[in-house]
Amino acid sequence: MIVRQPGILTTIQDSGRYGFQKYGVLVNGSMDMFSLRVANILVGNSQDEAALEITLQGPTIELTEDTLFAICGASFSPMLNGHLISEGRTIFAKAGSQLSFGKPVRGCRAYLAVAGGFDVPEVMGSRSTYLRARLGGFEGRALKRGDILKVRPSDMDVSMFNEDLCDFDWFVSPTLHPKYGTHSVVRITRGPDFHFFTEESQRQFVTGSFKLTTQSDRMGYRLSGPTLELAFRQEKISTAVMMGTIQVPPDGNAIILMADHQTIGGYPCIAQVIQVDIPVLAQLKPGDRLSFQEVTLESAQQLWREQEINLRMLEQAVRYRIKGGLRNGSALT
Amino acid sequence: MINRSSITLYSLGESAIVIQFGKYIDEQVNRLVGAFSRYLETCPILGMTEYIPAFTTVTIFYDVMQRNYIEMEQSVENALRTFDVTQRYAEERIIEIPVCYGGDFGPDLKYVSEFHDLTEKEVIDIHTEVIYSVHMIGFAPGFPYLGGLSEKIATPRRELPRVQVPAGSVGIAGTQTGIYSISTPGGWQLIGQTPTKLFHPAKNPPSLLRSGDKIKFIPISIKTYLNLKGNEAG
Repeated sequence: MIVRQPGILTTIQDSGRYGFQKYGVLVNGSMDMFSLRVANILVGNSQDEAALEITLQGPTIELTEDTLFAICGASFSPMLNGHLISEGRTIFAKAGSQLSFGKPVRGCRAYLAVAGGFDVPEVMGSRSTYLRARLGGFEGRALKRGDILKVRPSDMDVSMFNEDLCDFDWFVSPTLHPKYGTHSVVRITRGPDFHFFTEESQRQFVTGSFKLTTQSDRMGYRLSGPTLELAFRQEKISTAVMMGTIQVPPDGNAIILMADHQTIGGYPCIAQVIQVDIPVLAQLKPGDRLSFQEVTLESAQQLWREQEINLRMLEQAVRYRIKGGLRNGSALT
Repeated sequence: MINRSSITLYSLGESAIVIQFGKYIDEQVNRLVGAFSRYLETCPILGMTEYIPAFTTVTIFYDVMQRNYIEMEQSVENALRTFDVTQRYAEERIIEIPVCYGGDFGPDLKYVSEFHDLTEKEVIDIHTEVIYSVHMIGFAPGFPYLGGLSEKIATPRRELPRVQVPAGSVGIAGTQTGIYSISTPGGWQLIGQTPTKLFHPAKNPPSLLRSGDKIKFIPISIKTYLNLKGNEAG
């Protein structure tokens, strides 16, 4: 496929680069892991395959081969040859088709998965783009006009599809999706330094409303809202952090670490966003609001397990539908 | 012997457990971090997906589909006991890092020497006589935080950071010294450059150094620098 317009920030991301953080190598990977995994499931890929992460303004792409694809996550009015197409569905396009995006309607990041996955080399076990070290993904950078992306052969026989069978009329049940919105409630567990904060700040953290500032990107989100104060001066020794860690620098404005975060952080850690709610964060735009709700460690782990089981069931259901070529208009749950 | 009462365990979210070996940065605590990391390399804990050593902690990430927090805590307790009676993880590697000091490779050596009223040669001698500890790897891939810099050459960061610091640059920032593993913006005072590659994405491990190593800087001439650089490239 050929990139005719790159969009604002379009990068190749998979489920992340794990196992090398002890050497200071960042995880990177998709911001909204749920949408990446569902998009992959819809085209018969393994869930952790690399896809295009599209930010707000989408690219224009010429599909030079017959392509089976799916778009999940944010809603940016995707179009195939100028006609609006659905998100969250498996779609077949003939060679020579043009995929483009229009107005951003909802969310911040969309994922375009193609059957077979993108043919870029794995670096340290991952195809994710590591922008700062300029490695992984497509030449270690965001896509540019004129880039030619190759697709690896799929296990599935794409030739069994044709124009009569170009829009599968089943879709992923919305009940499975994280609760996306522009004023989201994001669940957290208490961070190791929660008790360093004044009682008033502890209370405000879980009752107050925060806003995503414009200083928010793949590395982290800077929030504005109640100022969080330490009860006593505390020198924090730098230690490992992870995606969803909420740190509070001396100015009292919380920062949520996202996919391109450093491996080590030195600010007090007030809370940790639970893994199943990170996709909700990934779809927030600067200006959107959020508030935090505390849950226990046990329920965070339980929610994680439930999501894994749901995704496995979805994967099995989609395999059955695609392989069988079945087309009945019901939601997959 | 490890004093178990000085070690605390706590969770970081629902998928990580932190082992804190002490409350302050000191050599003894950092030795434990290094030794426990080497232990985990040979005896990974069931469910562990990866681990990150830092100044006083080792954080273990785990697969929630396999283990819960209580189980991980139990495994870590067992590991601490096994690790305690085994001395083989105490052995530290000493890695020599050749450095060409001053000139174009160390544009701030002059500033550092003038700041302390020393000659450039004295700064180099002070910088090379110490064996440094790799306290942790972070900031950038393969970038070591080193402990052991002499107060005699501790120098504040540059007021204006450089837009691009070449990979291999050896710098001083306050009481820290370090080596830029990749080319990146940075504000450290640059006193020299090593031809040795610290980060190599195609190699496994991709980092020359790991937490708990010791390093020694060896002063070299420009000629030796260029020869070694040629070998690295080849």
